Amino acid sequence: MSNALYIKASCVISRETVYTNDVAVYGLPGAALPNFLQGAYQFFGCNYPKFHKMDNLGKLGFLASELVLKPSEMERYAPADRGIVLANANASLDTDLKYYETVHAMASPALFVYTLPNIVIGEISIRNQFKGENAFFVFNGFDATFMHRYVTNLFASNLVQVCVCGWIDVLDDQYKAVLLLIEKEKPHTGELFTPENFNKIYQL
Amino acid sequence: MSTKVFVAGVGVISSIGNKVAENLHALEHSKPGMGEMSLLQSVHKTLPVAEVKRSNAELVAATGLPAHTTRTALLSSIAAREAFDDAAIPGFDRLRTGFISANTVGGMDKSEDFFVTFHANAATGRLRDVVNHECGSATEIVADQLGIRNYISTISTACSSSANAIFFGARLIKYGQLDVVIAGGADALAKFTLNGFNSLMILDQEFCKPFDENRKGLNLGEGAGYVVLVSEKVAATLNKPVYCSLSGYCNANDAYHQTASSPDGTGSFLAMKGALEQSGLTAADISYINLHGTGTQNNDIAEGAAIKQLFAPHYPKMSSTKSFTGHTLGGCGGIEAVFSVLSIKHGITYPNLRFHTQMKELPFAPETSFSKNVPVQHVLSNSFGFGGNCSSLIFSTL
Amino acid sequence: MDKEQLMADLKKQIITQLNLKDLKPEDIGNDQPLFVEGLGLDSIDALELIVLLQQEYKIKLSNADEGPKVFQSVKTMAEYIIAHQGQNA
Repeated sequence: MSNALYIKASCVISRETVYTNDVAVYGLPGAALPNFLQGAYQFFGCNYPKFHKMDNLGKLGFLASELVLKPSEMERYAPADRGIVLANANASLDTDLKYYETVHAMASPALFVYTLPNIVIGEISIRNQFKGENAFFVFNGFDATFMHRYVTNLFASNLVQVCVCGWIDVLDDQYKAVLLLIEKEKPHTGELFTPENFNKIYQL
Repeated sequence: MSTKVFVAGVGVISSIGNKVAENLHALEHSKPGMGEMSLLQSVHKTLPVAEVKRSNAELVAATGLPAHTTRTALLSSIAAREAFDDAAIPGFDRLRTGFISANTVGGMDKSEDFFVTFHANAATGRLRDVVNHECGSATEIVADQLGIRNYISTISTACSSSANAIFFGARLIKYGQLDVVIAGGADALAKFTLNGFNSLMILDQEFCKPFDENRKGLNLGEGAGYVVLVSEKVAATLNKPVYCSLSGYCNANDAYHQTASSPDGTGSFLAMKGALEQSGLTAADISYINLHGTGTQNNDIAEGAAIKQLFAPHYPKMSSTKSFTGHTLGGCGGIEAVFSVLSIKHGITYPNLRFHTQMKELPFAPETSFSKNVPVQHVLSNSFGFGGNCSSLIFSTL
Repeated sequence: MDKEQLMADLKKQIITQLNLKDLKPEDIGNDQPLFVEGLGLDSIDALELIVLLQQEYKIKLSNADEGPKVFQSVKTMAEYIIAHQGQNA
């Protein structure tokens, strides 16, 4: 029995460009992050008003997840079998700073909600009904070997049957989102889930 | 992957005590830790908080860490050191060791003080106060102190953070990657969180009443809790018996709202059910539940609904020790894991303070007194965080 | 305070405070339910409206239970503000 896992789809959001499966599909060169995110939201025809309330980390994660996940394809997995594993270096610092600015006048509850890095997992879970194991790690830098091992172990223990994993990070105007959809069946197009392939996608 | 994982040492610091013995004493004598704010300098002076009764200067003296160390790191150091010393593992330096720590606040206590000065005048403020702001910093500082050689990691998933750190540590042992893992978490009080929770209007203006029909919210607390997890092989080399085993754990997402739980507590239910399945136990095997029980309208009804669904018609003893320690956020999974382990070790269960009226939706009520000589076989400890992140741990007697 | 003007102001403020980017003031009816159906706002939005009341109109809603009644619609919000203007700092 093969324990191989496959990258069914990938999305990278970096340097004002959105890539899906290694192909650039949208760009807004020179745009500031908020405008770029808004542009991408409209370009991809997203229809999710809650998007506008999310912080930048949430928006990055949400957009990337919209591009790797197709609801019709998730239907064959029970919600409790769908997992998410994310990591970054700056936790929720981008929003922490914005939130703290409001504390002097009156603390903003809508901003406070996003002062935890795992809220982006919450947003993706709510949208796609992912009720399985979810984890958020804070590392100094992207570690493909760690992520690969963690996700592989989840599948090997039968804790998940499908998993979204990646790196979503933002601080001020520095941002990068790399999200993979991992499945057990070999897709029509798509490669083996290995640390090397993960690194290649990260370096796009 | 059927190796067992044992708890060889515990350490805790909270508003009810600076070490395990002091916490136990307070739990036995119904002495809660919340009260008037004294160390934290906030304008919200009337809100009860559960502060560790030690200033930063005292914590610095106790840990030997530099004076500018963040309070989160200081608390983490004290509890992790107590657990480490308690385990007293022979040949520690020759084993593969790890430190998995969780927090949500990071160095915010120092950063927010820096911010005030800096905001007024960008040429002032000491940068060394913010150098340890990020979550991972506290982990590295303490790992260095303890001489952890092989692996460190930081988890930040709101209120389930340190429970997640514990079962991640257990996995690393089960997968044969490490022999010993010190796992848990810490969080210090900060104006950042006090203001934030206040804006969500889920703080009680009085001392909290978890699982009570008339509960009004939570009290914020601070502290740190760690367990030392060891493999079967290392357990055999110890000079004293281990406390218990970590027999089950599970994490699930509620997928309902960023900060509120679904009314039927789906995430909580999945986490508890999954932990039972992993441990090979049934609901009837659980002797005591250490509830997440924050005292908010929302958590307690969701957690209660999930317990009803899973345990009916026979409910074990249960209580929320947040009625003693307040809600210690990133530290609660670790602190409550320690209380759960001690429950098994000493055959004790804890009261849920200030409980008067059973919730009308629930056919059960928490314990109202401390009990000794209880045959505690299996303890379920719940930690449910914002972002729908729900975790349950099961500790079992040997 | 003129109620019509207040309602017009409130619609603009609600859109800004709650990041309702897809909406314009004329999309919000005076009597339209803000929560559940209608605009479909949630509990965090309710808290932000409490902040709005405090910051723009200096009215403190210290009991979250009053929220559903006060924030039922733009009209009920305006009526509450007119009734409580000047009462609280």
